[in-house]
Amino acid sequence: MQCPKCHAPMHTYNRNGVQIEQCSGCRGIFLDYGELEALTRLEAQWSQPAPPPPPAAPQAYPAAPPAPAWGAPHGGHGGHGHYGHHRHKSFGHMLFSS
Amino acid sequence: MTADTTTASAGTGDPALVSALADRARAAAHPRSPAASCSCPSAPLADRPDATVVRHDITVAKAHAPDTDPAALTLRVATAARHPGLLLPPLTPVTATLYDRLVTLWPYGAPVDPDDPDAAPWEAAATLLALLHRTPVPAGLPPMRGPVKAARALDRLRAALLTTSGRAAHPAARPVLEAWAALPAWARAQAPMPGPPALCHGDLHLGQLVRHPAPDGPWRLIDVDDLGAGVPAWDLARPAAWYACGLLPPDEWTRFLTAYRQAGGPAVPADGDPWTALDVPARALTVQTAALAVAKALAADRPLDEVEQAVVDACARMPSVPAGFPPASAPRSPSERA
Repeated sequence: MQCPKCHAPMHTYNRNGVQIEQCSGCRGIFLDYGELEALTRLEAQWSQPAPPPPPAAPQAYPAAPPAPAWGAPHGGHGGHGHYGHHRHKSFGHMLFSS
Repeated sequence: MTADTTTASAGTGDPALVSALADRARAAAHPRSPAASCSCPSAPLADRPDATVVRHDITVAKAHAPDTDPAALTLRVATAARHPGLLLPPLTPVTATLYDRLVTLWPYGAPVDPDDPDAAPWEAAATLLALLHRTPVPAGLPPMRGPVKAARALDRLRAALLTTSGRAAHPAARPVLEAWAALPAWARAQAPMPGPPALCHGDLHLGQLVRHPAPDGPWRLIDVDDLGAGVPAWDLARPAAWYACGLLPPDEWTRFLTAYRQAGGPAVPADGDPWTALDVPARALTVQTAALAVAKALAADRPLDEVEQAVVDACARMPSVPAGFPPASAPRSPSERA
């Protein structure tokens, strides 16, 4: 869907089981019917001392953009790329080579 | 002019050429001073078989590949002069000759820091490419040389297989050769490129961007040796290949692709799946990259590193997926296949 304010594409995220849409342009957030209540419930659970909140799920990140079927598996569902906190030295070389 | 510093140490072993280029660059940098009065250092920026590039102060002299066609180079340099907002303009449209090599003169531009690729100007690169692709192709400009360069990489791999005793990387050559054989003829430089031709850079990577004037002017594309008419998706294919091989993080690929689309680039559909256009060029660049990696590993008799292996692995997966086939990860409805 497109952002009603700036018309940039909106991306869907999953926050603790609540689907929210965030605009890739203005970062505004769109909530469907009932989602604000769901978030409020989660907030109330969070403020209770027990049980501890579950750790953030990996699928809370936006889905990877499409890739060809011959490509390497990308993040999210078990597979991972060769990038990380530090770019591989050999790839750094590749970025600058014909 | 060039930022391809990674191969600067390879060398052609021709100090006379480097020295003569330094003289040309010095004369262009200080046209009113006698050569002896200048104490600025000259530095080779690149010295490899297909180009020797020497910087002196604010100017750069480049000796082009020995087999460069003079008429084609003149048209390519003239194109850069005509579009200074996209391509670094030459200091002079005239090409000189030194030791049988064609030589051009350029202003110095500040490259992307090779030690800080995270600072890569993905948006600027994509926007420059989109605007370049929207520029009418100058009359008489020859084809973009991307497929020819890919074919040369495969020639180099075949030569390495014949002439080196390297064994460690030998098994990796087969999937690369098979993936190459499965590419359409145009991507192997065996047939004309399809579709309406666009003005293409032909060899985009992060070494092909400089800020001019240095150090903080706007980004410009450099190196017109492969510039020409062709399939514009080829210019997006290196970042696309890096992303497909799991090397370029998704967010950097998205930044690049989004900026290209926002600037109205014609190489990919304005929205929807870009891989219908990117698939063949990204395969070709993956195979080209893998071929060079295996050739270098063979010559050094060393195993492939993790990144090189990732590119070879992608080649091995290619034959099972028909070229140009929509990706499994993004199924599209028939109505979207314009």
